[in-house]
Amino acid sequence: MKTVVDRADTSKARWERDTLEPTLRKSPERKGPFTTISGRPIERLYTAEDVAGIDYDRQVGNPGEFPYVRGIHPTGYRGKLWTMRQFAGFGTPEETNQRYKDLIAAGGTGLSVAFDLPTLMGRDPDHPLCLGEVGKCGVSIMSLADMERLFEGIPLDDPKITTSMTINSPASMIFAMYLVVAEQHGADWKKISGTLQNDILKEFIAQKEYIFPPRQSMRLITDIFAFCSKEVPRWNTISVSGYHIREAGSTSLQELAFTLRDGLEYVQYGMDAGLDVDDFVPRMSFFFNSHSDFFEEIAKYRAARKLWAEAMRDRFGAKNPRSWALRFHTQTAGVSLTAQQPYNNVVRTALQALAAVLGGTNSLHTNSLDEALALPTRESATIALRTQQIIAHESGVTNIVDPLGGSYFVEKLTRDMEEGTLQYWETIDRMGGMVEAIERGYPQKEIAEASYQFQQAVERREKTIVGVNDFIQADEKPLEILYIDDSTADLQLQRLADLKRTRDNDRVGRTLDALQAGARGRDNTMPLLLDCVRAYATVGEMCDALREVWGEYEEVPVI
Amino acid sequence: MSQKIRVVIAKPGLDGHDRGAKVIARALRDAGMEVIYTGLRQTPEMIVSAALQEDADVIGLSILSGAHMHICPRVVELLKEKGLDDVQVVIGGIIPDVDLPKLNALGIKGIFLPGTPMQQIIDFINANARARV
Repeated sequence: MKTVVDRADTSKARWERDTLEPTLRKSPERKGPFTTISGRPIERLYTAEDVAGIDYDRQVGNPGEFPYVRGIHPTGYRGKLWTMRQFAGFGTPEETNQRYKDLIAAGGTGLSVAFDLPTLMGRDPDHPLCLGEVGKCGVSIMSLADMERLFEGIPLDDPKITTSMTINSPASMIFAMYLVVAEQHGADWKKISGTLQNDILKEFIAQKEYIFPPRQSMRLITDIFAFCSKEVPRWNTISVSGYHIREAGSTSLQELAFTLRDGLEYVQYGMDAGLDVDDFVPRMSFFFNSHSDFFEEIAKYRAARKLWAEAMRDRFGAKNPRSWALRFHTQTAGVSLTAQQPYNNVVRTALQALAAVLGGTNSLHTNSLDEALALPTRESATIALRTQQIIAHESGVTNIVDPLGGSYFVEKLTRDMEEGTLQYWETIDRMGGMVEAIERGYPQKEIAEASYQFQQAVERREKTIVGVNDFIQADEKPLEILYIDDSTADLQLQRLADLKRTRDNDRVGRTLDALQAGARGRDNTMPLLLDCVRAYATVGEMCDALREVWGEYEEVPVI
Repeated sequence: MSQKIRVVIAKPGLDGHDRGAKVIARALRDAGMEVIYTGLRQTPEMIVSAALQEDADVIGLSILSGAHMHICPRVVELLKEKGLDDVQVVIGGIIPDVDLPKLNALGIKGIFLPGTPMQQIIDFINANARARV
């Protein structure tokens, strides 16, 4: 028997033979499988051998320098903490306005508007499909009048207030409303900042809140790029989103690959529309999920920055470093929250938020403990914000830039995520691009397959969800939740009728006609929509005008 | 002739979150049932008409938006009108506790909240779907 270990030989093979194998013979490992939540196999140990092929200077680099694996800011969070941006919206504009004032008073540093489904789908509340949906999942915004109520008493000319709006198909209509309200508050469009989600590709892929067909939808987006580059230069024109792709059941890698490939598609369409890459790409931002597998998520964010920087420089010839630097918002994984033993969700969210911070997120939303059951109460929303504040101010992780940089495991996983993404991009490029891939149902099928595989792993208890398929508790006390009744619908229906009676309907008709004429041709739709909004045309009317010209998209469902 | 249980899975209303609907559709199919998935944005009228055409034994509604108290009563009412009282309606999604007795009173017994094992839904449908003759 060999007793003297040659200490000079630090190779993994030698360690496995001399140290690991005798141990495994005595005490075998747990059954496993040792895989990430996405099903990626993980080895028991990573060493210098696993990262030997990585050239630090060229492929990782220091923070603030290409390719930005270690972050886009040289000082990390020592300079500026991430923006603590809690997504909120429910009921009437007045109720949501009050929630914003509460969040600002509690130390929140950015507003984020959640709209209800009728608004997201470009329908006024009197449409038959809106039955029971008004004000339920977000705030109901029908016209400029509601937008004025939503921001009443919140100074939009204050440069400290930045507003993110989660709106996609009717993004330009809602953005036009915001711009008019900002103007009423005395704000200069050249100085205001905020974010429009405005990402239609992930709607076709995952969340399914589409209205118009893909190509017309892409035109609305490039119109916003062009308009903002001249008129609202500090506005983030798009937040290319993996969040919903992940929530729909994708793996971490699919989230990364499809989202960045969506980003490339927008850049290509922008350039095809005649824009200069460095004129609009610096205002593009991203939005990722933070799921429960801690290191896989951190690797995802680190790989995202590198992939984007290299694609912008090498694929599109961007010269401005601000086009290379990927900025992103993160939200913890709603889909990971359990209705069972809901207080456990505070812990899940804290770990997910920590992963986002260690991955260098620029802005963060933490979910509330009751969100598998309902929209959050005021109390649960406050705990969610406090979770971020504890990470920022108590944990110490903000003292150092990219503390996991150089970890054998994290660097290797970052590299694996990058390589996996490039493979997906090749497949999608071969199809002709993301619009074509979506039309063929490719990302949709990949996601449906991954979500079914995950659900089966849960059923077989290969993946443990505490409180759901293990550690179950029979005698749970019900939680007090936010219950949204139908009073919002009644009020909004009354307001809609009043609006249509009191506004100048001839002016509304003229502006909608001009919008249709523009949509048939090549005029930028933003100025036309601003005219409609100033005339108090409703979201439903503006979208209907475009539906008449462009038609509606219908998907072929894939199961 | 096939004795398989026939299930229409539908997404009513405006909500596009179809992960649950698609996973359960596949699980029921793998469990030997005949599954018809309607796709998104279905009105109660469209759903009941699909159930009639497809000779469905079960309608599965996936609702996460909070609109269930509007959609479910209408579906049940339309089924009665068409003489399809014996079609079992089950729902899955985010349903507050206070609404459970109201849905039970409509005759909806299969209400599956987040975290329900797929097997439990399969077992429920096998035990409660009308007998095929």
